[in-house]
Amino acid sequence: MSHIKEIQPDVQIVPAQPQVKVEVGQALPEYINELTTLNLGPTHPATHGVFQNILQMDGEKIISGVPTIGYIHRAFEKIAENRPFYQITPLTDRLNYCSSPINNMGWHMTVEKLLGIEVPRRAQYIRVIAMELARISDHLICNGILGVDTGAFTGFLYLFQEREKIYDIYEEICGSRLTTNMGRIGGMERDFNERAEAKLRQFMKGFPAVMKEFEGLFNRNRIFMDRTVDVGPITAERAMNYGFTGPNLRAAGVDYDVRVMNPYSSYEDFEFEIPVGHNGDTYDRFMVRNQEIWQSYRIIEQALEKLPEGPYFADAPEYYLPPKKEVYRSMEALIYHFKIIMGEIDAPAGEVYHPVEGGNGELGFYLISDGGRTPYRLHFRRPCFIYYQAFPEMMVGTTLSDAIVIMSSLNVIAGELDA
Amino acid sequence: MKLTNRSRKTDKSPMTIAERLYLPAIASGLGTTIKHFFQKKPTIQYPEQKREFSPVFRGLHVLKRDEQGRERCTACGLCAVACPAEAITMIAGEREPGQEHLYREEKYAEVYEINMLRCIFCGLCEEACPKAAIFLQPDKIAPAFYERDEVIFGKDRLVEKMDDRASVGIEKYTGVKS
Ligand code: SF4
Ligand code: SF4
Repeated sequence: MSHIKEIQPDVQIVPAQPQVKVEVGQALPEYINELTTLNLGPTHPATHGVFQNILQMDGEKIISGVPTIGYIHRAFEKIAENRPFYQITPLTDRLNYCSSPINNMGWHMTVEKLLGIEVPRRAQYIRVIAMELARISDHLICNGILGVDTGAFTGFLYLFQEREKIYDIYEEICGSRLTTNMGRIGGMERDFNERAEAKLRQFMKGFPAVMKEFEGLFNRNRIFMDRTVDVGPITAERAMNYGFTGPNLRAAGVDYDVRVMNPYSSYEDFEFEIPVGHNGDTYDRFMVRNQEIWQSYRIIEQALEKLPEGPYFADAPEYYLPPKKEVYRSMEALIYHFKIIMGEIDAPAGEVYHPVEGGNGELGFYLISDGGRTPYRLHFRRPCFIYYQAFPEMMVGTTLSDAIVIMSSLNVIAGELDA
Repeated sequence: MKLTNRSRKTDKSPMTIAERLYLPAIASGLGTTIKHFFQKKPTIQYPEQKREFSPVFRGLHVLKRDEQGRERCTACGLCAVACPAEAITMIAGEREPGQEHLYREEKYAEVYEINMLRCIFCGLCEEACPKAAIFLQPDKIAPAFYERDEVIFGKDRLVEKMDDRASVGIEKYTGVKS
């Protein structure tokens, strides 16, 4: 038995509280040796995904927390080093699986930046539509589940009907619902067809009413406000120190949005606002996401209206597969087809970083190519990984039920956390 | 901090007396619930009722035959190379004289297996095939399995039956018949 004791990891509870004042002294002196250690996760029903937090609790109050990551680490960055570029798209599906089209498009744009491919405007607009739909569905999930965590199941169910419609639109665009593998390097795999457009228009017609109903149920609801206002606040400075981006940074009052600061895929053509919050608490994050849904809705409206005619893929025969009909008939097309599929085309050497505004924040792809057929090194800048670092600081001093709410409002997605 | 002139603060005004009272919120919340009682149900009763798939849906694989019933696959291996999940295995064979009615090209796949537990239904194999042989059917999904040895689909389950041809919209997609 003795050797088992030796290899047991010595769990050191490191209080992480640079800014938050933790009143450890508040643990009553007579109970100070009776703190409870609670394993919140990896399979706790209230955490959305597999992550573990070892909490030291004094009754309901959290004294300190140590997060553990890596439960669904799949070594995507390493796998990507052995894959031709087009085979990496299905890997990016599985980062933030609530908004996989954004990941797909971000990856395609990174490769296009490396290869110097200019994508036609029609493809860019279709991408914008897909990405904004993904943002809506991502925020719907986050806000719906925040409702569930504060004890309101109804709004979640109503929102999920809308999410279902978004998934139907994905299905028409790319053929799949969750792990989309949408788009190709150099454009889209097929044109935006009438079925997708009809479904999209139907969604656009019905969505505002559902969203208004949801906001009516939550925004000014007393229980919801009591549970969220001033829960888990983070100052703008602290958030920026951690590297927050996206809705969680905007909730703290900084209007940083990659779509505005660093426009890609024709985002400069669209009118939209950047909602910002007040003090970065859970309620701000909820409200910022709600407003962003409306802004995404506006962007889709404009993109649909202005959708240009023209080709939906770039003229890049070395990287974009020739149409099937030609592959059967012409030798040239068949050669390109074989070369692309076998991954026999050398990419130029170079380093690129391409950020996109993901559902959760700035999703970056840092790609180094040494002139070979696969990336030399690929790094995903995953916003969830950064939010999760701040989670202990934000939950220390609150109660367990608040910690759950904070985590779900940060929208930490396990697939993106571990990659 | 202001970086752009596009920002707009969200509403965070303190609760009014009526909101504090909470009674109106209960009434309106109940109203919402009751309203939904009388609306059309969005659920479908799955095994009896099935939802319509899109014509481009990526479902269960099929290995197509041509209009004379010959297998189209020529064991070029592109699908196996393209597969990011490494789910496809094949062994190529040479067509013997007298087998022209079975295989379209001189080379064919003697063994063709897809491991459905590995497959992620990305559709890259369909895209890779230069012979219009493998397709992901838009109207069939991979079944659930009870045993591990059921998950490797061999040619017996992949190649389409002549009396039950799979619809993959092959003409529209490829410009060739069936
Ligand atoms: S659908 Fe994708 S994962 Fe499945 S066999 Fe084809 S290429 Fe492989
Ligand atoms: S299915 Fe198509 S790609 Fe795969 S080996 Fe046969 S002919 Fe080649």
